[in-house]
Amino acid sequence: MSHAKQAEIFNKNEAKVNWHDKALWYVREKRDNSAHNVKGWEHLRDSASGIKAHVLSNLDEYLIQFEQNALQNGIKVHWASDAEEHNTIIHEILKDHKAEKVVKSKSMLTEECHLNPYLEEKGIEVIDTDLGERIVQLAKEPPSHIVLPAIHKTKEEVDVLFQEHLGTKASQGDPEYLTNAARKHLRGKFLNADVAITGVNFAVADTGGFVVCTNEGNADMGAHLAKVHIACMGIEKIIPKEGHLGIFLRLLARSATGQPITTYSSHFNKPTEGKEIHIVIVDNGRTEQLSREDFRASLHCIRCGACMNTCPIYRRSGGHSYDATIPGPIGSILSPGKDLKKHSSLPFASTLCGSCSNVCPVKINIHEQLYKWRQIIVKEQPQPVVKKSILKMTGTVFSKPGLYSFIGKSARFALKYAPKSLIYSKLNAWGKARDLPEVKNENFDDWYKKRSKNNG
Amino acid sequence: MKVGLFIPCYINQLYPQVGIATLELLEKLGVTVYYPQGQTCCGQPLGNSGYEEDSKGACQVFVENFKEYDYIVGPSGSCIYHVKHHFDILEQTPDVIKVRNNAYEMCEFIVKVLGITDVGASFPHKVGLHKSCHGLRGLKLGSCSERMDPYYSTEEELLNQVKGLELMPLTRKDECCGFGGTFSVFEEAISVKMGKDRIHDHLDSGVEVITGADHSCLMHMEGLINRNKQPLKVMHIAEILNTSM
Repeated sequence: MSHAKQAEIFNKNEAKVNWHDKALWYVREKRDNSAHNVKGWEHLRDSASGIKAHVLSNLDEYLIQFEQNALQNGIKVHWASDAEEHNTIIHEILKDHKAEKVVKSKSMLTEECHLNPYLEEKGIEVIDTDLGERIVQLAKEPPSHIVLPAIHKTKEEVDVLFQEHLGTKASQGDPEYLTNAARKHLRGKFLNADVAITGVNFAVADTGGFVVCTNEGNADMGAHLAKVHIACMGIEKIIPKEGHLGIFLRLLARSATGQPITTYSSHFNKPTEGKEIHIVIVDNGRTEQLSREDFRASLHCIRCGACMNTCPIYRRSGGHSYDATIPGPIGSILSPGKDLKKHSSLPFASTLCGSCSNVCPVKINIHEQLYKWRQIIVKEQPQPVVKKSILKMTGTVFSKPGLYSFIGKSARFALKYAPKSLIYSKLNAWGKARDLPEVKNENFDDWYKKRSKNNG
Repeated sequence: MKVGLFIPCYINQLYPQVGIATLELLEKLGVTVYYPQGQTCCGQPLGNSGYEEDSKGACQVFVENFKEYDYIVGPSGSCIYHVKHHFDILEQTPDVIKVRNNAYEMCEFIVKVLGITDVGASFPHKVGLHKSCHGLRGLKLGSCSERMDPYYSTEEELLNQVKGLELMPLTRKDECCGFGGTFSVFEEAISVKMGKDRIHDHLDSGVEVITGADHSCLMHMEGLINRNKQPLKVMHIAEILNTSM
């Protein structure tokens, strides 16, 4: 289903749309306030963007440097060219350790690779330990936001969900009670897990270590309790030096939630004695995106979600309307690169207002890339016949001033004199909720000609 | 200084009063304004819909019409933005480069090129300014709420000098109205919802007249206001600046 159709369905409940919009706008405002408190915020963005561009231009070298240093630290490094290989590698590690229970902290990459269903099919229990992710996991839904996975759910809905799955009492959505219930439930899962899977926020080439940022400490709970820690990262997660974290960590949490820093920014450098750390480095379409000059910068993304919080369309259509692992503006420039047909409506789910590009901490020109995807999509994907012919015809009319003048007059005549029932028919999407402009007797050209005549 | 007046297609056909106000205002400010005949469209509706290739003819017509002028001034931020940023699809001849460099949104032309902020207008009403996205974030007519830059606003500089005009503060200073060209039709539900929300912000702030430098956004909001019979008027900023004492 296209984004427009999904959005229309979401908009049937206007109260929920208002609630969703306000919840995310609140996060956007927190981000603004927090960024205002940093002197040289725009300079930080420039630096971060520059570093990312540099990394992408030298990715091969940095990846090899990272691998060498990680291996030296006693970390096991795996390379996966696609999602399937990623999943197989993880399953192999689990088999080697006869692991049956896995706890996982937030990782959009494992979502992208559909790791959970893959492992579950093999009889392995995978528990998402981020509270929001656990909520959507219980509801059997995908995350609707990359930082706030359950933002589409009200606390009352969570209440009902927990009653069903965790045996809680009805609490009218008491957040403290519900969080405590989740905490107790997850504690047991942490203690019994064989393996912990985490994502990676930053992989540092010059140390071979990596950093995982969470607010709940769930990555740490998992990684420190289980014998084996598997960290999954896309190839673009590399930064050259540990010192660069001073730029990225300052930007990440402020952009995401308005916090100065995530509650936990955990550095993993080498396994403790008797334990193992594995890193799975995944391509899954990233080098292809890297090869597309116009869309290369989309790989700068540090997954802060700021573009979602600011996007007036995302806020009013919800993350699920995008039907993609990564929703919102950044997802709309990443997803078409993976499956152009499936995601061909996404670059059109924007007014090109540019707010996403302005909040982006790594300065991805998101709205310009949306424009560029549109040009590709109309060429490579079948378009609705009416839309296509109208726009093509318009192109011809605009290239011929005489014809344009004639069509303009006829259209104004039609708008002025056609019966209302015809103008406001089902075919006119504009007129469903909006009046058409009142048509004047003359256009500007007519007025100007008259004036020139009168002025002699 | 040879100034060519660019009247976007929808203003020519549907809002001639905006074109008239622009022309009269510029003349009032001492500018000799030429209006090249045979103007069509800058190609924006096609480009934004993905049919950039089909807009080349329109872009060429634009360049032919305006290549002689030192300044090209138009009352629509998004159209000017399109000329400046998306005419890269044409071969970059000296004429094309000149046209792209010389295109100005009307307010910016008055403030930056003419160096005027007080145009001698009087408009004793409570006004809400809609900062259209392409003008704001594209042409940088003002500072954007997302960026940590010093505050400025070209349109406010002009409106603040209008006698009797009270500029009302909004809760969301520069959120998109949801017009977005063909977006308004193909993403109808969201477009309408965004427009309604913007209008509510103005109503809640006690605004009597919504204004802005891009009439396409205003057309979208006016359509909603008229349908819902809301107590608001919509006027292009040129119409306000062209009112006399």
